[in-house]
Amino acid sequence: MDAEVFRAWIVTAAGVIDEQRDHLTQLDAAIGDADHGINMARGFGAVLAALEPDPPATPGGVLVLTGSTLISKVGGASGPLYGTWFRRAGKALGDASEVDLPALAGALEAALAGVQKLGAAREGDKTMVDALAPATAAFSKAAAEGVPRADALSALVTAAQAGADATVSMQALKGRASYLGPRSVGHEDPGAASSVLILTALRDVLAAP
Amino acid sequence: MKKLINSTDTVVTDALAGMAAAHPSLAVDLDLKIITRADSPHTGKVGLVSGGGSGHEPLHGGYVGYGMLDAACAGEVFTSPVPDQMLAATKAVNGGAGVLHIVKNYTGDVLNFQMAAELADDDGIEVVSVVTNDDVAVQDSLYTAGRRGVGATVFVEKIAGARAEEGASLAEVADVAREVNDRSRSLGVALTSCTVPAAGKPTFELGESEIEMGIGIHGEPGRERVPMATARELAATVLDAIHEDMPLSDDLLVMVNGMGGTPLLELYIIFNEVQKILEGRGARVARNLVGNYITSLEMQGFSVTVCRLTDELTRLWDAPVETPGLRWGR
Repeated sequence: MDAEVFRAWIVTAAGVIDEQRDHLTQLDAAIGDADHGINMARGFGAVLAALEPDPPATPGGVLVLTGSTLISKVGGASGPLYGTWFRRAGKALGDASEVDLPALAGALEAALAGVQKLGAAREGDKTMVDALAPATAAFSKAAAEGVPRADALSALVTAAQAGADATVSMQALKGRASYLGPRSVGHEDPGAASSVLILTALRDVLAAP
Repeated sequence: MKKLINSTDTVVTDALAGMAAAHPSLAVDLDLKIITRADSPHTGKVGLVSGGGSGHEPLHGGYVGYGMLDAACAGEVFTSPVPDQMLAATKAVNGGAGVLHIVKNYTGDVLNFQMAAELADDDGIEVVSVVTNDDVAVQDSLYTAGRRGVGATVFVEKIAGARAEEGASLAEVADVAREVNDRSRSLGVALTSCTVPAAGKPTFELGESEIEMGIGIHGEPGRERVPMATARELAATVLDAIHEDMPLSDDLLVMVNGMGGTPLLELYIIFNEVQKILEGRGARVARNLVGNYITSLEMQGFSVTVCRLTDELTRLWDAPVETPGLRWGR
């Protein structure tokens, strides 16, 4: 997996987020302030513009530039949180020009740790962590067991989706939905939903032959 | 959606350009979306920087000027600005005495200001952050995002701004900012939702006879949906909630704030009820603000913010201020 593959991931993720912009915003309207899809689409648009002129030569470089751009352009909580997620993943990959499955698993673990340190969210708080944490654990386990790449990626997305689905019944303890108290129950967390989109894009790009 | 805009993409920059045109005392950077006092920096004075999503006008840009903020960073509508903006504002107003960041307690605002403060520290600028969290609608807990910063932010910016103007140190300005926040509480009520321009439709729907109790300032639903009531009953409900959290007595600074789409006529009706209730309880409305000071686009509704004054806080509240949003004594 080289820089071109990782660039393709980001381009695919940007496309999906743009398609799902209104859906993410509607999820946010129910329990937040109705701007998650708008902000994510704006941020990934800026990322595409940053990657275009001079694409970084390494997978780590692609992810660090993606994260830095999100921090600089998005604002809100999702800018720093997703920005940190991509930056930490990129830094964990270092300047390797090729990345294997265990290295990618390590990068996702570093990314999750960065997000949890910054946002202080734990599993069960009804945030993006509820999708990212089980997905990262499932992927690391699969990578450690040496299962085929397609199966590891499938485990990643299945766990992320299950985690996002589980946020529906949770009461939010972090983020803007927490202000609603018990009224936050019954709605999917928008951050968990966008995390599923980003991880699904990763699967779709990497699983392609 | 009917709004007085040119396009949803240029809402914030078009409004900032208008502010620049209307107020020559302000310098507006349209690329960075920061508003500074045109005569910045003030050597030896602590700089005050705040910022947040747009849509709360006159907060924060309307409070830049003598006796209040040195700079404000404008985010997209209801979205925190980014660290690059905050760092640029911090550098622009640093007069060598350090810079105070006044941050409303929302995850996004806190995270972005935290990153900006670290970047400013790398540049050798001393930054202290004070987070406002006065909204009694939100249960506070170690395990949650905590209470929202709402109306008290206006009081903090005014009073800390006055203290900075007198030449107080960064630690002293931060202390009085925290004191004002600690002594202030708010609660908000929405009669309607509002429409984020880029979303194009109202964030939530309310029936003719329903209101949202315990709202913030981002068009989000409140703690509970309750039946519409009279101004007298609503004022009592709001003051009861505040009083339960912080007993109200002695001299108070009271703000009856419109959420953006509320006639001043109705705000005065609410203020009249608020005043009567407080005096009935033996407290005194020593100072007041009635009007639109921290808004949520075109939402109809109001919030009440109460600060328990001390002689020192009253003195600083009365100190001269000259900004687009607050102006007296100069």
